[in-house]
Amino acid sequence: MTGARDEILAQMRRSLGVTGAEAPRRAAVEERLARAPRGVIPERASVAGAERLAMFKLKAEEALATVALVKDADCVPAEAARFLRDSNLAATLRIGEDALLGAMPWGSTAIDLSKGASFGSDLNAMSRAFGGVAETGTLVLASGKDNPTTLNFLPDNHIVVVAERDLAGSFEELLERLRGVYGKGAMPRALNLVTGPSRSADIEQTLILGAHGPRKLHVIIVEG
Amino acid sequence: MTLHSTAKALKRNAMRAMQDESLQQALSHVRTNFTAKRQAAVDKLPEFEALRNSSRDIKDHTLAHLDLYLERYEAKVTEAGGVVHFARTAEEARSTIIDICARLGARTVTKGKSMVGEEIGLNEALEQAGIMPVETDLGEYIIQLRHETPSHIIAPAVHLNRDQVEAEFRRAHKDLDPERDLTEPSTLLAEARKVLRERFLAADVGITGANFLVAETGTSIIVTNEGNGDLTQTLPKAHIVLATIEKITPTLEDVAQILRVLARSATGQDMSVYTTFSTGPRREGDPDGPNEYHVVILDNGRSAMLGTQFEDMLRCIRCGACMNHCPVYHAIGGHAYGWVYPGPMGAVLTPSLIGVGEGGNLPNASTFCGRCEAVCPMKIPLPGMMRHWREREFERHLSPALQRHGLRFWAYFAKRPWLYRPATRLAMRTLAFLGRGKGSLSFLPFAGAWTKHRDFPSPQGPTFQSRWRARQRLKGSR
Repeated sequence: MTGARDEILAQMRRSLGVTGAEAPRRAAVEERLARAPRGVIPERASVAGAERLAMFKLKAEEALATVALVKDADCVPAEAARFLRDSNLAATLRIGEDALLGAMPWGSTAIDLSKGASFGSDLNAMSRAFGGVAETGTLVLASGKDNPTTLNFLPDNHIVVVAERDLAGSFEELLERLRGVYGKGAMPRALNLVTGPSRSADIEQTLILGAHGPRKLHVIIVEG
Repeated sequence: MTLHSTAKALKRNAMRAMQDESLQQALSHVRTNFTAKRQAAVDKLPEFEALRNSSRDIKDHTLAHLDLYLERYEAKVTEAGGVVHFARTAEEARSTIIDICARLGARTVTKGKSMVGEEIGLNEALEQAGIMPVETDLGEYIIQLRHETPSHIIAPAVHLNRDQVEAEFRRAHKDLDPERDLTEPSTLLAEARKVLRERFLAADVGITGANFLVAETGTSIIVTNEGNGDLTQTLPKAHIVLATIEKITPTLEDVAQILRVLARSATGQDMSVYTTFSTGPRREGDPDGPNEYHVVILDNGRSAMLGTQFEDMLRCIRCGACMNHCPVYHAIGGHAYGWVYPGPMGAVLTPSLIGVGEGGNLPNASTFCGRCEAVCPMKIPLPGMMRHWREREFERHLSPALQRHGLRFWAYFAKRPWLYRPATRLAMRTLAFLGRGKGSLSFLPFAGAWTKHRDFPSPQGPTFQSRWRARQRLKGSR
């Protein structure tokens, strides 16, 4: 609908009293897009090291996720098995093609591992997060064959592995890393920011977990 | 034409709402929960006020350059393999969406919560085209079953009680055991989850709204708590985003600013559970995601608001804080406003979108207490804009004759202080005399509607103006 497009732009320009060709306006827009200036960043987000880890854990737990810390990647399967056992869940897990997750010593557990996207029949899934934001206890997951988006939403229980070094204090810090990986102005197809398990308060504003997404969200942070 | 409006019947709607006991009970949750949660979240973030200013400035800058950011956004979506469709009117938006669905042979579409979808009456249009729309947000699902419209922009079923939801589920889900226990809200949610899960997996197209459209990257963003929006947009063959022009935001950093005030103002969360950034369709090697990604950008009267005294309204991020804190909304609920957007933001936006003739009555639903502006994360001067609309309504002779004559009568005195002062003095003395002893009046001439529900505190004797003069004299003599 070229007519609609041009007419909407023309109406905007009439209302704003501009032609769209003014150089200073164009420069202001280009400048903002190129520089992406940071605004106000809360003081509490400027944390690093152990403080950052502690804040991420606190905030994620406030959002009703559970959090476990493990020494290294090899400890992840045992922690996942413990979580499933303690939650009275079947020892099954769906993961994507993520090399790091795939290389973990799953043989040392009784977990029945399967790979690929979810089509709705998986009880439990595990993903590796691109990173996390300590300020709000938010996990950041990027789509792709390594960590399919459907694993974040269809299974009843979601375990997310995140490396301590991939935690950022603020959202802005995480964006900087994201640009480093995907390039300026580019994004993964889906970037999911997840803060706690799914919930709804649509009935009498009573908070209930497990609306359409996972009922439980368990975060395993790999230290170091 | 957009969704049918009963905004003209505000007074009658409000009367009915105030006599509706179950509605009044449901509204009591709004009054307490939403306000307390927001305050607690704000108190925990010392930078909240600075973030409000920052967010307002971002939107003001964006609106002043909206044509250029929109062009960039379109280019970036195209670059990522998506398609942008422009729609001037509700009709154009509906037909664009129906054309996409028809081309894909869609029989059912799942929908994430979208107020713009309500604005353009999308569900009825889909049904007429033989496509079944399924609302997937719990609140939206409930009201779709009841053939109702949302009564709140973030809590669509806030006007209902648990019992009403149970009754509706028993009526709609006939294939389930009639003896099942649905006494707890959690069992109702579990039932909706189960029923809707099948719909998600069967849908051909998923339609969502957007909280932001990012010019820097061509990304659309949805913010939800349930995860329904994500299943809606991830599972079907095509994802259609329906959004209006003012959702454009320059950069990801700008989004980060506004996200910090959005959830806190809406539900009192630091962040909503799911904030999802979508950029284009499924890519090479992706094991999931939609094969097609479309964005329908709707104007529907908004571009004409730019550069006017109502431009500030385009900063609105639809958090619902204004209605959560509005004494009028607390008393009458959202449906009484008669169109899509209720509360203070609806009172300002509705006349802009459907005309002052249809919606001009809504700005009268205000006590001008100013709480809406005080809590608005984007610092929109809502009471000021309601005043502008009242002026226009008066100028265009749309207000009722009695009100106009009353105002003219009052103006006659107000413009003649030599007459106004003795007249008010006399009136106040008379009222003070009548109310002597108990200090209140249970009946007043011309104000029977007021005294029917509560007593009128009787004046103490002197008028405000006479006290003010006495005070000034005292100051001067010091």
